[in-house]
This record gives sequence, C-alpha cells and structure tokens, in this order.
Amino acid sequence: MTQKNPIKPDEYRRLVARMTPHSRHLRGCLRAFWVGGAICTLGQALGALGERLELSEATAPMFTSVVLIFLGTLLTGLGVYDRIGKYAGAGSIVPITGFANSVCAPAMEFRREGIVLGIGAKLFTIAGPVLVYGITASIAVGVVYWAIRGWLM
Amino acid sequence: MSQLLIYVKAFAVGGLICTIGQILMQTTKLTSARILVLFVVSGVVLTGLGIYKPLVDFAGAGATVPLCGFGYSLAMGAIEAVNRYGLLGALAGGVTRNAAGISAAILFGLLNALIFKPHAKP
Repeated sequence: MTQKNPIKPDEYRRLVARMTPHSRHLRGCLRAFWVGGAICTLGQALGALGERLELSEATAPMFTSVVLIFLGTLLTGLGVYDRIGKYAGAGSIVPITGFANSVCAPAMEFRREGIVLGIGAKLFTIAGPVLVYGITASIAVGVVYWAIRGWLM
Repeated sequence: MSQLLIYVKAFAVGGLICTIGQILMQTTKLTSARILVLFVVSGVVLTGLGIYKPLVDFAGAGATVPLCGFGYSLAMGAIEAVNRYGLLGALAGGVTRNAAGISAAILFGLLNALIFKPHAKP
C-alpha cells in the first residue's frame, strides 16, 4: 500500500492541536444553542399558559419570569442546575434561570457564615453588579429619552 | 402552524443569543458575572437605541428570557414611566416594571439557601 500523502508525526500533532479546540468550541456553541433555545421555548410556553390563565399584558411576562426564576432556584437547590451548567455553558447562564442560579448558588455556599452576612449578603454577589449596572443604564436611557422626547415627536 | 412558528423563533433567537454568550466565554475568558452584566447593559442600550424592541416583537420569549431581555424590560420601564411621570419616571420605571422578578429572585434565593445544603461541584 502506497501512501500518496505522507504526513510526519510532528506535523500530525500540530494538525491535531489546530483542529481540536475548534471542534470543542463548536460543540460548546451547539450545546449553548440548544439548551438556551430550549429554556426560551419553555418561557414561550409559559407565556401561552399565562394567556390561558387570562393574565393581563402586564402580568403575563411577570408570570413567565417568576416561574422561570422559581425553576432556576429549585434546580440549583437540588444540585441539577450545576450539571446543566457544566454541559451547556452560556446556554444555562444567559437565560433568566441563570440569573436565578447566580442569586442562590453563592447564598447556599456561604450559608455557614450566617443568615445576615452569609446568605443575606451573598445573594447579591452576582445579582448586585447586574442590578447596579442594569438599573443605572436604564436610568440613563430614561433621562436621555426625557431630554430628546420632544425632539423625537 | 403559526403557533409552531412562534416556538421555533423563540428557540432559534434564544439559542443564538446564548451562543453569543458562549463564544464570548470561549474567546475572552469573561467570568459568568461579567457576561451577565454585559448582557443586561447591552439589552438596556439596544432598547434605548430602538433596536431590541423589534427583536422582542419577532421572537417573543426568545428575546425576553435571555438576560438582555431583563435589560429590555428595565429600559422599557424607564421609557414608559418617563411618558407618564416625566423625569422622575426615569428613576422609578425600570425597577417598578421588574419588581416581581427581582423580588421573586430574592425570595426564592433566600428560601433555597435556608432549605438546601450546598452540593459538591460536579
């Protein structure tokens, strides 16, 4: 058997090194895509359920986020969400359930430091920065909108 | 059929937004806290620029369930409250619109930490 395209061992190794991270990255993206997509689809279904329960336009989105946050914290408490996170990466971090996870995971972990400075403070380890910058940015948007509102109309 | 399409759109757009987060994590080593802050602030800014609302109209939960949807809701709250109350609305609107979600996260997070013992990291 003749080899038409012989490849040296070190060349092969370099090739493997170049190819492997790509496929790993691609796999990570596919997992994030389908898990993240599935959580959003669940959110859509909850919205439809909210409509069936004849919730108003204002309360239906509230219902969806409250149920998703509840599921996120419950699965974190049961230790399931960490497993999903290990599999799905950003697919479990970016949806609102990931926010719920980031609220209760540190609180659980630091429970032995007490009710006030353990649970109470650590609830906001990640939620704190999210709320600080999210709310500040929303105020900025509101102020800019207020300033240019007359000009927009 | 149109019912199914709504779910397909939510799945595809939600999945794509999470994939953007995954690409950021793989290429920049940003921690999950930074990713969450980045997504919320992006959601607020994109909503302020009028870009995010069309995406929400198109994809529904696909755009509102990812954390940039929380940013969208904060910014929409501020804008709607400015329309109703003037400048003070900019301070009140964001939190008012999301009060249920924020309170739910605090309540469930607290109950959870009281009920469950921490698990070993898998």
